[in-house]
Amino acid sequence: MKIIVCVKQVPDTSGKVAVNPDGTLNRASMATITNPDDLNAVEAALVLKEQTGAEVVVVSMGPPPAEGMLREIIARGVDRAVLVSGREFGGSDTYATSQILAAAINKIGLEDEDIVFCGRQAIDGDTAQVGPQIAEKLNIPQVSYAAEITKEGKTLTVKRMLEDGYMTIKVNTPCLITCIKELNAPRYMSVGGIFECYEKPYEVLDYEALKDDPLIDPTTIGLKGSPTNIFKSFTPPQKGAGMMLEGADKDTCEKLAGMLAAKHLI
Amino acid sequence: MDFHLTREQEMVRKMYREFAETEVKPLAEELDEEERFPMETVEKMAKLGMMGIYFPKKYGGAGGDVLSYAMCVEELAKVCGTTAVIVSAHTSLCCAPIFEHGTEEQKMKYLPDLLSGKKLGAFGLTEPNAGTDASGQQTTAVLDESGENYILNGSKCFITNGNVAETFVVMAMTDSSKGNHGISAFIVEKSFPGFSVGKHEKKMGIRGSSTCDLIFEDCVVPKENLLGKEGQGFKIAMQTLDGGRIGIAAQALGLGEGAINEAVKYTQERVQFGKRLSQFQNTQFQLADMHTRMQAAQYLVYAAACKKQNHEPYSVDAAMAKLFAAEAASDVTRRAVQLFGGYGYTREYPVERMMRDAKITEIYEGTSEVQRMVISRALGVK
Repeated sequence: MKIIVCVKQVPDTSGKVAVNPDGTLNRASMATITNPDDLNAVEAALVLKEQTGAEVVVVSMGPPPAEGMLREIIARGVDRAVLVSGREFGGSDTYATSQILAAAINKIGLEDEDIVFCGRQAIDGDTAQVGPQIAEKLNIPQVSYAAEITKEGKTLTVKRMLEDGYMTIKVNTPCLITCIKELNAPRYMSVGGIFECYEKPYEVLDYEALKDDPLIDPTTIGLKGSPTNIFKSFTPPQKGAGMMLEGADKDTCEKLAGMLAAKHLI
Repeated sequence: MDFHLTREQEMVRKMYREFAETEVKPLAEELDEEERFPMETVEKMAKLGMMGIYFPKKYGGAGGDVLSYAMCVEELAKVCGTTAVIVSAHTSLCCAPIFEHGTEEQKMKYLPDLLSGKKLGAFGLTEPNAGTDASGQQTTAVLDESGENYILNGSKCFITNGNVAETFVVMAMTDSSKGNHGISAFIVEKSFPGFSVGKHEKKMGIRGSSTCDLIFEDCVVPKENLLGKEGQGFKIAMQTLDGGRIGIAAQALGLGEGAINEAVKYTQERVQFGKRLSQFQNTQFQLADMHTRMQAAQYLVYAAACKKQNHEPYSVDAAMAKLFAAEAASDVTRRAVQLFGGYGYTREYPVERMMRDAKITEIYEGTSEVQRMVISRALGVK
């Protein structure tokens, strides 16, 4: 059994956010981190590894310096890493990215008992599209927003956290699960893991390595293969501080109604 | 000279920082206030390999290096002096002498539990009448009639990790006629008959750490627990303290750096005379001096750690690192309190705790005066 975890290196938005004159993110001048939800996906995989002895493979698409991030993930206990990297892949939107990652997963080999874990969404784009699209390209079932996962045999029971409640779904492997932060608390790298991480297997898949996959086509990858066009990106104006009224009595309701009326909202 | 950390050292420092900020810092005030030992933190550090950083995996260590150990103590001390000394005493004073002087059987028996953090370690050298003059050991060890066990009698004081450790490296006199050469080292288990832990000291700083007396009343120690040979105890103790000084120097380093971090933050927030404190040249110059002192301390500490790692003589380097870092930490934390003014004197802010914690680094594991003796002797000054 194998668990493949997709991760993304993203700008650290907790520090200074740098924006280019055209409004796009100046990634080069910002510190990078592993996308937070992806660390929940890594943790979910490591928990299952402890229970089942599965091999955990982490995969990411990005430029060569993403190796540092992947080594840090190995230092948490992952067995090996695959970086998908090539100029041909640059400028990919979520559609093209999922196409390429699905091809990479095919190359790694997705077998009957295997599972793919992704984070729910990346903090830079916030689309939550790549995970579900990978599942579609691989033609495997997907369960998104996993807040609890248990495995028995080939069946995973996943509790999804939705806005207004929970939904529990049973799904058979192979499948893809997207993970949310409520699922677990990611472990730290261990000292032993760190001093071993550069000795663990690390592989780079470039265009040459993936080009024979039917999913890889110059019209479906990179900037040319990306149907998304960005017209402008900007920092939304900050919301003002809200006001909380406490109580459900008549006075409070009247006060609320008065305030809304004063703003001509009702 | 190469002043660059390896990529593994960079990575391990990042991990320590995250761990210290998330797991250690939130507890620091409470541990100090309530004089509580943070066993839950020790368990977390154990899982991450922080209780056996620079020892081989063969014995259950993490396979790291001495500098990575020093950086661990440093990063912990930036937020909590108590947590830092727990790691330092355990690693330098108990794991290290067993690893460096133990037989293969002793190493296989004791190191896996110590290095994995399942058990804590401590070191018993100091006695009421044998502090800086460690040669004045009054604890005795005598082979019993069967020749199978040593019987220890006497007491030790100021033992860090004393009432939480399960394994102790203890010095005792086997032949008082030989002076220093009559001292031997033993591995003592908490469960050995005749061993007990005495009073717990109430301290000025590092208040969450355990500091206790150890009492030996006809304590039975199997012959195979002699560490090294009879008469080698003083040498083992001195070599152990050489390594320990790197740990304490790193603790002092972290305390000073932690106080600077707090002062930089505070002086940019506090406004007096219509200006932020950080806009006054006095503040800027104070912080510049403080930072320079701690940076110099860091170079000394890291250099000593690298020398130990490379099996070069490092005794004088460790003494200089500890002397300088400890005195710098005391000075820098005191200046941080001054920059905070009245608020710095209250327990609302962590700098007064750091100032109290820093003082001990000038005293334990060799006072600053002892370090000066070591350094001046290396110059041939007698």
